[in-house]
Amino acid sequence: MNRLNYIIKRILQIIPVLFVVSILIFFLLRFIGGDPARLILGDKATKSAIKALQIKLGLDQPLITQYWIFLKGIFKLDLGDSLSLQVAVSYLLKQRMPVTIKLTLFSALLAIIFSLPLGYLAGKYKDHVWDHTIRTLTLVFISMPSFWVGLLLMILFGVKLGWFPAGGWDETNLFTQLRSLLLPAITESLALTALLMRDMRNSVADISQMDYVYFAKSKGIKQSAVRKHHIFRNALISYVTLVSINIAYMLGGSVIIETVFALPGIGKLMIDSIFNRDYQVVQSLVLLFAGLVMLVNLITDILYSFLDPRVSY
Amino acid sequence: MINIKTKIETRDKKRKPLPDWMQKPTFVVGLVIVIMFVFIALFPGALTNQDPLEINVAEALQKPNSHHLFGTDEYGRDIYTRILYGARIDLAMGVFGVLIPLVIGGILGLIAGYYGGLFDTIVMRIIDVLMAFPFTILVIVIMSILGAGIRNVFIALWLVGWMSYTRLVRGEVMKAKNTEYIQAAKVEGFTDKRILLRHLLPNVISSAVVFAASDVVLCMLTGASMSFLGLGVQLPAPEWGAILNEGRSYISYAWWITLFPGLFLAFNGVGFSLLGDSLTDLLRRKGR
Repeated sequence: MNRLNYIIKRILQIIPVLFVVSILIFFLLRFIGGDPARLILGDKATKSAIKALQIKLGLDQPLITQYWIFLKGIFKLDLGDSLSLQVAVSYLLKQRMPVTIKLTLFSALLAIIFSLPLGYLAGKYKDHVWDHTIRTLTLVFISMPSFWVGLLLMILFGVKLGWFPAGGWDETNLFTQLRSLLLPAITESLALTALLMRDMRNSVADISQMDYVYFAKSKGIKQSAVRKHHIFRNALISYVTLVSINIAYMLGGSVIIETVFALPGIGKLMIDSIFNRDYQVVQSLVLLFAGLVMLVNLITDILYSFLDPRVSY
Repeated sequence: MINIKTKIETRDKKRKPLPDWMQKPTFVVGLVIVIMFVFIALFPGALTNQDPLEINVAEALQKPNSHHLFGTDEYGRDIYTRILYGARIDLAMGVFGVLIPLVIGGILGLIAGYYGGLFDTIVMRIIDVLMAFPFTILVIVIMSILGAGIRNVFIALWLVGWMSYTRLVRGEVMKAKNTEYIQAAKVEGFTDKRILLRHLLPNVISSAVVFAASDVVLCMLTGASMSFLGLGVQLPAPEWGAILNEGRSYISYAWWITLFPGLFLAFNGVGFSLLGDSLTDLLRRKGR
């Protein structure tokens, strides 16, 4: 029951933040973005044509009314129409979201698969050759700009060797989708792999020195059991936080990766909409990103309680 | 166990003369790399006699050769020269993108942590809202509102960067506030200003400074990626991300436009990361 109360409280905390975010983004874009009707019709449009479009788009209403319509729309999942693409924003999102989510999950999966064992081994064999190699790799991975790595992978495996498509998205089946996603996912996962590897290494190295680990060993508990229950489980706590913080961060990174690899996800949509001054889409996307980040944070906090019984509410 | 420990201690005593930081090869290597880039940024003309903006269509898209070390771009501009001159912009984005937030965020954290109350609540709520956005998205949105250009890249980095420092410093102040030396200073009747600046600041700033060293890499990469997306520094300015963006159109046959600027970005990043990492280590050891 306690856990349920906590979850409800956390969800209630999210609502005011999202509300402020929606106000902020709506008014900022309205004040500085310029008149959408003029942007759609171009400089040569007549005054009456602009006026007519303004009325059609509801731009003649007071700002507060416009905001109210936007807010009501969010609850009805009706986010208005894209100004440049002339389709419903909700339709665009439904079409583009899966690509970004698949890319993010695939990257996170790759990062976890590599960082978990490698980081653990580096921590276990602290200060050995193995440890130094992994630490050097970490440093290099963190310092490389993702868009550069993406371009290099594209040149090597896409253009020169032709093993993978040099960008683009093949929706046909699961296999072609994975093929389109592999290079982008590797690119996006490198920095995360490095961060996670370093965290796992440091945790394992630190925890192995703890009194309770010595105690468990001297009590005669099997080595493998000490590693599994005393060291590994404790190291997982900060690891899981880091995964979730970075999933939120990777959603932002998708903007860059999707642009490099020409993947039709929401990140690419965001950049295209910014260049098209399509604020109807931009404001919905920003809100969506914020919502996703808070959702990920909520899930982390809940996961915590299962991983670490010491967390109380 | 005890034997090993005493052994280590005696060995340490023999090696004492070198100061801590010089014993760390990672710190020294990082420092050398960073100094090298600072030199390039200050005196790019010392290493090349060409002009980063000079167009020479006759020599367009040449492979790396003895005259053009890193090849040329589609206008025949020398990539090597453009990269050297670009160091100034990229290094500035990294360093000044961090310096201002460190100072402003630090001050906010100091005040919020020390006084608490309404100010603290307001600052923390603002951070809550801003933290709801992924970092890159926030910078992109600000850039799209402000418009492209180097000045706006700085503004965007400043608007986003201060939060981490406020949170770091505030947390440290809250911990230190109740320690005996601060209580003693209060009993002595020192002014708040003196306690904040002379007693608290030196004790709480180190974690923020360490974070700043690795934050430089993040700021530089973010600034470069804005140019790469076409939202930041605009061509023909010689900025590494902008050069990479330019190279993207020629990726199938002119790999050199892409390879070299990224290599410089990464190498520069490694330098700052090495510095940051070894600073963290040194601090940890001191804390023990």
